[in-house]
Amino acid sequence: MTTETLPERSTSESAIGVHVKGYVERVRGGELGALPAVFGLVVLCVVFSVLRPAFLSPVNFANLFTQGAAVTVIAMGLIFVLLLGEIDLSAGFASGVCAAVLAVLLTNEGWPWYAAVGASMLTGAIIGTVLGTLVAKLGIPSFVVTLAAFLAFQGVLLLLVKGGTNISIRDETILAIANNNVPPVVSWVAVIAGVAAYAAIQFVKARRRSARGLVADPLILIIFRVAALAVIAGVAVYVLNLERSRNELIVSLKGVPIVVPVIVVLLLVWTFVLHRTRYGRHVYAVGGNAEASRRAGINVDGIRISAFVICSFMASIGGIIAASRANSVDPNTGGSDVLLFAVGAAVIGGTSLFGGKGRALDAVLGGAVVAVIQNGMGLMGYSAGVKYVVTGSVLLLAAGVDALSRKRAAATGRR
Amino acid sequence: MSQGPVLELRGIDKSFGPVQVLHDVAFSVYPGEVTALVGDNGAGKSTLVKCIGGIHPIDAGEYFFEGEKVQVNGPRDAAALGVEIVYQDLALCDNLDIVQNMFLGRERTSGLVLDEAMMEEMAAKTLAGLSVRTVKSLRQQVSSLSGGQRQTVAIAKAVLWNSKVVILDEPTAALGVAQTAQVLELVRRLADNGLAVVLISHNMNDVFAVSDRIAALYLGRMAAQVRTSDVTHSQVVELITSGRSGELGLRNGNGAAS
Ligand SMILES: Nc1ncnc2c1ncn2[C@@H]1O[C@H](COP(=O)(O)OP(=O)(O)O)[C@@H](O)[C@H]1O
Ligand SMILES: [Mg+2]
Repeated sequence: MTTETLPERSTSESAIGVHVKGYVERVRGGELGALPAVFGLVVLCVVFSVLRPAFLSPVNFANLFTQGAAVTVIAMGLIFVLLLGEIDLSAGFASGVCAAVLAVLLTNEGWPWYAAVGASMLTGAIIGTVLGTLVAKLGIPSFVVTLAAFLAFQGVLLLLVKGGTNISIRDETILAIANNNVPPVVSWVAVIAGVAAYAAIQFVKARRRSARGLVADPLILIIFRVAALAVIAGVAVYVLNLERSRNELIVSLKGVPIVVPVIVVLLLVWTFVLHRTRYGRHVYAVGGNAEASRRAGINVDGIRISAFVICSFMASIGGIIAASRANSVDPNTGGSDVLLFAVGAAVIGGTSLFGGKGRALDAVLGGAVVAVIQNGMGLMGYSAGVKYVVTGSVLLLAAGVDALSRKRAAATGRR
Repeated sequence: MSQGPVLELRGIDKSFGPVQVLHDVAFSVYPGEVTALVGDNGAGKSTLVKCIGGIHPIDAGEYFFEGEKVQVNGPRDAAALGVEIVYQDLALCDNLDIVQNMFLGRERTSGLVLDEAMMEEMAAKTLAGLSVRTVKSLRQQVSSLSGGQRQTVAIAKAVLWNSKVVILDEPTAALGVAQTAQVLELVRRLADNGLAVVLISHNMNDVFAVSDRIAALYLGRMAAQVRTSDVTHSQVVELITSGRSGELGLRNGNGAAS
């Protein structure tokens, strides 16, 4: 182990070089971060757009977002549970149950949309409280608790939709979530405001740090980050604001799908919670070393329960989005592949199954990979069977990368 | 050095179920001094330390802090008094960085938001105050540190809080020669800064190198608490292995210390 001195606090020209070098060192040491997901995403997009030019069309681009939204949102909640080294196998059917609660209240009981949404989210939170309490207080392994819940929720869903019938959703507001778009002007204003806010936050943070004599990110790195965000958001919004209708005289179809701002807001909220609050710090701590956390006075059981609450709560939002997209709820809502895709999204995005490592952004990156595979293979005309096999293999690959990078980290003394 | 003890225990008993691990233990710790706590494996050193730290409740006995009788019912109570323990297994989170570990459970916030800059500044000051210059960056994950560096972080975490008593449970057990020397130097510096330090160690050379007093536990009883300058290596070894050495130590195992 090197015994170098504390870093000199100079703002030398090589500051950017130090950052690049540090990053390369971390990757070599097994901290891959977003690298595999971004790399996979680029490769998949290139392959599909070469093989099927329709992949790149604005219609398909918009489809990707609505297709991947529910899984991404569920994955974002799952990350809290995975951060603790636990698992929630019931998140898929929990989303189905919450969607069914929504549909029954909206369509059968005639509740207003906000009350039905509130009840659906509350159902999610209660489910999480029960699961979390069983895991944290009774000490039943989360694998078993949530496997039992997986089966039970499947039954509850069947009971709620009365056997095999499906409940259609007619409420305009709920349908709008996955089917309508944000007006182009609004989306541009949001992008500009968002990039400006990001730049301001980064800049103020760096100023504060250097004022205290701490090592701050060099200006050029901040400019690079802001520019990257501006380009990615700008291109995405530009493409989504292109006309997608086959005949725009009959109906105009353009704009950012409403699920996109929903996901962005959730991403910002959970990123803030995980990285900027004491609660988020404690989630990582418990995932890293539960005994050390207990000795540090952290309420470990409370953190465990809360992670399950957040997971099931996010599943309820995922269920609402799925119901909106399908215009209905049936016994298969949140079933079959939803849970595995959500776990896959989190792991592909870089969240570790061993706990202690993961970010809300992982759900978005991994969710994008899963959505692109599903969408691209659909365009190529592959059957559902082939899609499952490929997605399963990608999940295994991601879990393999996770395990190998852990080994590598251990070998280079990083763990 | 005519000051009284900052921490004093009298008549401590502790049992785990039917097994009595500590018998009528008396123990005093003085500011500005390193008190070595020695004893064979299973003598009860870690248990005594956990009682001091509030991890285990004591069955009987009195706990005095700065001359006042106090009640310690949990780790928070001990921390509030200014008693910090560096456990044998360190208890660091590998996935967090140095600053995050040093403030674990006691994070500073401004409003709802973690005040990272302030925490980093305080951590840097503490490490500088201990003349620690062996870490590359305070923002490096603890998993990337060597054994000695991890020990240093754990010790720095303990002194960050203006603590008055710092207890180290076998801090050098897993270290090489060079790193052991570094940690012992740090231990001595803590005492020279006015802290009361308790060092648990099996290594007689370490004990004689840094300690001012030696307390020897034998089968859960305090065999003797003596000034380091008043005893020899072999006397301490005898106290550890048989509970007595000439005039010093327990009499015929009846539990009464001389
Ligand atoms: N939590 C516990 N439950 C039951 N017995 C314990 C517990 N902790 C320690 N002991 C017992 O107490 C005795 C003293 O252990 P310990 O304090 O760890 O010794 P030392 O640190 O001096 O080696 C040992 O016999 C050990 O088995
Ligand atoms: Mg011990």
